[in-house]
Amino acid sequence: MKSDPILEVRDISKRFGGVHALEKVSLNLYAGEVLALAGDNGAGKSTLIKTISGVHKPDEGIISYDGQPVTFENPQQARDHGIETIYQDLALADNLDAGANVFLGREVMKRVLGLPAVDRRKMRTEAAETLKVLDIRIDRLDLPLRSMSGGQRQAVAIGRAIHWKAKVLIMDEPTAALGVPEQRKVKALVRSLKQSGVGVIFISHNLVDIFEVCDRIVVLRRGIVAGERSISNTTPDEIVRLMVGG
Amino acid sequence: MDTLPVTEVDTEKVGWLTWLAAARAWLFLAILFVAFELWAQLAYHTTFLFNPFNVQSIAVFAVAPLLLALGQTLVIISGGIDLSVGFTMGFAAVVFAHCVNGTLDSLGVFGSLVVGVIAALSASIVPGLINGLLIARLKVPPFIGTLGMYGVARGIAFLLARGTTVPVRNSILAVLGNGSLFGFPIIVLVTIMIVAVMHFVLSQSRYGQHVYAIGGSRQASLRAGINVERNTIVLYVLSAVCAAIGGILYTARFSAGAAQAGEPLLLDSIAAVVIGGASLFGGSGTVIGTVIGALIIAVIQYGLVFVNVEPFWQFVAVGVVIVISVLVDQSQRRLGGGKVDEE
Repeated sequence: MKSDPILEVRDISKRFGGVHALEKVSLNLYAGEVLALAGDNGAGKSTLIKTISGVHKPDEGIISYDGQPVTFENPQQARDHGIETIYQDLALADNLDAGANVFLGREVMKRVLGLPAVDRRKMRTEAAETLKVLDIRIDRLDLPLRSMSGGQRQAVAIGRAIHWKAKVLIMDEPTAALGVPEQRKVKALVRSLKQSGVGVIFISHNLVDIFEVCDRIVVLRRGIVAGERSISNTTPDEIVRLMVGG
Repeated sequence: MDTLPVTEVDTEKVGWLTWLAAARAWLFLAILFVAFELWAQLAYHTTFLFNPFNVQSIAVFAVAPLLLALGQTLVIISGGIDLSVGFTMGFAAVVFAHCVNGTLDSLGVFGSLVVGVIAALSASIVPGLINGLLIARLKVPPFIGTLGMYGVARGIAFLLARGTTVPVRNSILAVLGNGSLFGFPIIVLVTIMIVAVMHFVLSQSRYGQHVYAIGGSRQASLRAGINVERNTIVLYVLSAVCAAIGGILYTARFSAGAAQAGEPLLLDSIAAVVIGGASLFGGSGTVIGTVIGALIIAVIQYGLVFVNVEPFWQFVAVGVVIVISVLVDQSQRRLGGGKVDEE
C-alpha cells in the first residue's frame, strides 16, 4: 500500500488477571484510510482502542506513530500526538454549548479587568468554523448540547476531534444510537475526513456500514486477529465467518 | 450535503417558556415583595418594602445562609453536596472567638482580630480538605462523606466551646458586626464582595467552566484531560472557607462564637441554591441565582414575622418553595429536550 503507516501496532498483548484480552495483535493504519475493526462482543475491540488511545498500557508490543515508537501514560498524551477517540457515549458535557465542548479542557482565555476569563464567544465562533468545514449547520450555538439531536451531538464530538488536527481518529460505534438520516450524515463525515487525509479506525457491529465506508477490515476474535481483508476482496459472509470462527 | 434534522421541539414556544423558567427566581422574589406589601398595607396600614429598616434587616438576615450557600452552589453544580457547612461555620466561629480572646491582651483589639480571622479560615481548610480527599480520592459519595464531617465538626466545635457559647471581648468586633458604612451594614458589604469574587470564579474563570463540565459529565471531563480530582478537592475547601467567613460574620454580629451557629442554616443554604435555579443533578446553577434564592428565603422568614404570622409557618413556606423550585427545574429540563435523570 501507499507510503508508511501513520499508526503501527505491533504484537500488542494485554492481560487482565488471567484473561488474555489481546494476544499479539498487529495492525497498520494509513493516512486517508478508513480501517474497520470488527468482532463479536468480548473479541477485544474496546481493549485494543483503549490501548491505542492511552487508557490502557500494553503488557507487550510496540505502538508506533508517524514512524516513532510511542508510549502514552494517559489519554491526554495520545491526544497531544493527534490521536483522538470518539467514544460510543461521545464524552460530551450536555449542559455546555458546542464551543465549550470543542474546547473542553483547552479553553480559550481573554482578559477581563486584568483577570483571566473564559472567552465563550471566540470558542463558539471557532467551533462554528470547524463545524462548517464538516458541512454541519447548528442554528443556535449558545444552546446546551442536551437540546440537540443525536446527529448534531455526534457532529460536535467529531468537530472537537478535528479542531485539534487529529491525524488518527478512532470512532467507537459512531452510528449505533442514530436514526437513518443521521447515520447517513455521519458516514458522509467519515468520507470527508478520509479525503482530508485523516486515518480513521471505525468500530462497528453493522457490516452494512462497514462495507459502505471502509477500505480495509481487521477482524478480532477472542483477542487475536482472525483475519484482515480489503473491502473490495471480501463479502459480508466471509467477515461473519471470521468473527464467529469456523 | 444535507443538513441535520433539528429537534422536534417547537423552539419559539420553548424559548419563551425556558426564559420564564430561568427568570423564575426573580419573578418569585418580586411576587413575594408585592404580596407582603399588600398584606402590610391592608392588615396594618403600613409599608413593608419602602421601610429601609426592613430592607436592611432582610439583607443582614440573608448574610449567613448566603455565605453557606455560595460554596454550596459550586459543590452542587459539580454534582455533589456539602452537608457539613453548618457545623464548619460553627467550628470556625468558636475557633475565631477563642483566638480573638486569647490574643487580645498581647496583640490588642486589631491584632487579635487579624489573628482570629486567619486562624478561623485556616482551621476551616481542614474539614474542607478532608471532605475533598474522601470524595475525590477515596470515592466516598458526597452525601456520606460530608454527613460524616457534619458529625465530626459538630462534636469538635462543641468540645472547643465546652458546650456553651464563647463571648468575645473585643470592642471593635461589635462595631464591625453591627455598624454601617454609607448606610450599608458592614457585614452585608463584606458579603457582597465575596459574592462578586465567587460570581467571577464560577462564570468567568477556567476553574468555573470545569466545575460546570464536571457536573455535566464527569467522564467527559476526565477524557478531556481536566484534573477532576484536584478540582473537586478545591470545591470542598472553598465551601468550607465560605462557611468559615459566615461563622466570623456571625460572631461579629452577636459578639459570641457558637458551635450551633450554622445548625439551622444547612437546609436554608441548600434551599437557596435550589430556589436559585441550580439542579441537584449537577451541571447548572449561578451565583446570582443563589443570591436571589437566599433573599427569597430571608423575605419569607422576615416577612411572615413582620405580618405577625406564627413563626412556624416559615418552615412550611420555605419547604413548599423548595419543592416548587425542583418541579419547575425538572419541567425546564424536559423542555430543553434533556432527560431529567441523566447520569
